[in-house]
Amino acid sequence: MKEEFDIIIEQGRSERNYWKDLWRFRELFYILSWRDIKVRYKQTVIGAAWAIIRPLLTMIVFTFVFGKVAKLPSEGNAPYALMVFAGLLPWQFFSSSLTEASNSLIGNTNLITKVYFPRLIIPASAVITSFVDFAISFGLLVLMMIGYQYTPSWQIVFLPIFLLLAFVTSFGVSLYLTALNVKYRDFRYIIPFIVQFGLYVSPVGFSSTIVPDQWRFLYACNPMVSVIDGFRWCILGEANLQWDMLAISMVVTALFLVIGIRYFRKTEKSFADNI
Amino acid sequence: MPQPIIKVDHLSKKFMIQHEAGAGGRYTSLRDVISDRVRGIGKKKEQTRAKEEEFWALHDVSFEVEQGDRVGIIGRNGAGKSTLLKVLSQITEPSSGSIRIKGRVASLLEVGTGFHPELTGRENIFLNGAILGMSRAEIKRKFDEIVAFAETEKFLDTPVKRYSSGMYVRLAFAVAAHLEPEILVVDEVLAVGDSEFQKKCLGKMEEVSMNQGRTVLFVSHNMAAIENLCKRALLFDRGLLVKEGRVGDVTMAYQQSYAGIKGNVWNRIIPLGNLGFTSVEVLIQGNQPAYELKIKFKVLSKERHKKAFVAFDISNSLGITIMQALPVLDPFIDFEASERSYSVTIKLPPLIPDRYLISAWCGPHFSETLSWEKEIIGFEIIDSPTVGRNFPHVINNGFIVPESNLIANEKDI
Repeated sequence: MKEEFDIIIEQGRSERNYWKDLWRFRELFYILSWRDIKVRYKQTVIGAAWAIIRPLLTMIVFTFVFGKVAKLPSEGNAPYALMVFAGLLPWQFFSSSLTEASNSLIGNTNLITKVYFPRLIIPASAVITSFVDFAISFGLLVLMMIGYQYTPSWQIVFLPIFLLLAFVTSFGVSLYLTALNVKYRDFRYIIPFIVQFGLYVSPVGFSSTIVPDQWRFLYACNPMVSVIDGFRWCILGEANLQWDMLAISMVVTALFLVIGIRYFRKTEKSFADNI
Repeated sequence: MPQPIIKVDHLSKKFMIQHEAGAGGRYTSLRDVISDRVRGIGKKKEQTRAKEEEFWALHDVSFEVEQGDRVGIIGRNGAGKSTLLKVLSQITEPSSGSIRIKGRVASLLEVGTGFHPELTGRENIFLNGAILGMSRAEIKRKFDEIVAFAETEKFLDTPVKRYSSGMYVRLAFAVAAHLEPEILVVDEVLAVGDSEFQKKCLGKMEEVSMNQGRTVLFVSHNMAAIENLCKRALLFDRGLLVKEGRVGDVTMAYQQSYAGIKGNVWNRIIPLGNLGFTSVEVLIQGNQPAYELKIKFKVLSKERHKKAFVAFDISNSLGITIMQALPVLDPFIDFEASERSYSVTIKLPPLIPDRYLISAWCGPHFSETLSWEKEIIGFEIIDSPTVGRNFPHVINNGFIVPESNLIANEKDI
């Protein structure tokens, strides 16, 4: 009689059932995301208000520094504050995903050393948590648009596409950094630097239109450039989207995602031994 | 003829231990990697490799478990029990060999894994259930049963950080007890919780196994619990499966391996490594509850080494290290090509009667070992630390009976 076994544990074996397992553990993914969200808003005193105060203050400072002091041009007729905020939304989503995700595995050491599940779930749920902050900030944007009496154009229908792009970019980069952070603990210091540095090389406080032509290619290699430009294009309707730059960004994003997932899966097996 | 439900075949798990990790401890830092690479350019590869030492947590282990079996896994600390469970639960990968399993495995390596202190009891039931592999529907169906088992109905909507530790453990175990996997893997989780609850948990595990034909693998230091619950047992020692068979035979073998209490003198002719112990001897002096150990030891330096200091671990008959004596904190053994002898006195706390074993260690830093001779000598304590007590001591009430005094408070006037 042929013996049938459901689980075979061997070195390198986990590869084969990976995506199946990921599906099997989807409920765990929901519940971990739910836990992170719940705990996040339970623990801080001002809770959800934090998701409003942070972008609001950043926007005010950026509008003052870039718009009033440096007198940089806005995009078309859009108020400078609105332009900053439309860029700040995806940027803050990206930066908080990066920060949350990279610490997520270390924060869940007890789970990793005691229970089996595809580890991908943990950084993924950290990205989802950041998305809740994004949704709250988005509500603020809507209020601001009402306040400025600014009507979005028909292009707003494309917003979900750029939202997805923001997601993929955040997830891909986060995965790579998360895995590195388990192995090399110094990434804890590097990540805040990346986030801070990225804020200035991405068009958050300024418009992409002021970037000189000779720098465009290099500039487009920052995947957040297209995400932010796309957001502005959808929300403000003014800027014209650079399709060639979008294409470059998408290639870079895809590359990050593939490398991120591969590196994560390669190192994932030894997380329990290294963490 | 029952079919095997778990088949373990030549399973090994190897860890690399880094010796010169220094104060940084167990994490690799990018700086170390970069500087190692730079340093390594001119050197041969072996020199950079030499820092790492292989350690086999499990070595060539094979066994089978049949459906409905309740198997106890016993052995001293570091025997490989927990590693086996981790490999079985797919938390870590084996280095070689394979395990074949029929059905779903749920592992309970810790009570309340993933419990979040900020969340309420109700929320944690769902969270913990999902972590252990239950579906939402399944948890909902068993919710009332879980709550009844844990006896925490009143506190369901209280954050668990306000729970007493007993309540916490009860709730956590209740969730795990209602898992319905084909195979349940349980690590030493019952060590916590009061004895009545332990009994209840053991009863539940037995019921699950008897009535529903589920397979249970159970690790414990508590021989009574193992003998109660299990039919078969596996005995591990330093990564090897040394005995398997009927539970009584195996626990007997385990206890006998200590019963042959180690002598009080140990000698080695040729020390390994740069610096090593060549002889260690113990003498017990005084009376309960103020026994004193006198350990005489000799060390021999063979090659140049960093200044080192010594530590002595004392473990009890269950293999649990209960204390460590560190006579001098600063490294004091210099490199010197001769054999030197020292002696250390250790004031023992009021220990309960048992057989105790001593391990001798020396090294330049807590994270760096030059010589570690495990459980080489022993001593036995026969009389109770409480003068006049005849009732026997059990380990469930602790290893030490501290001196205590009762004073009747006079009413304040």
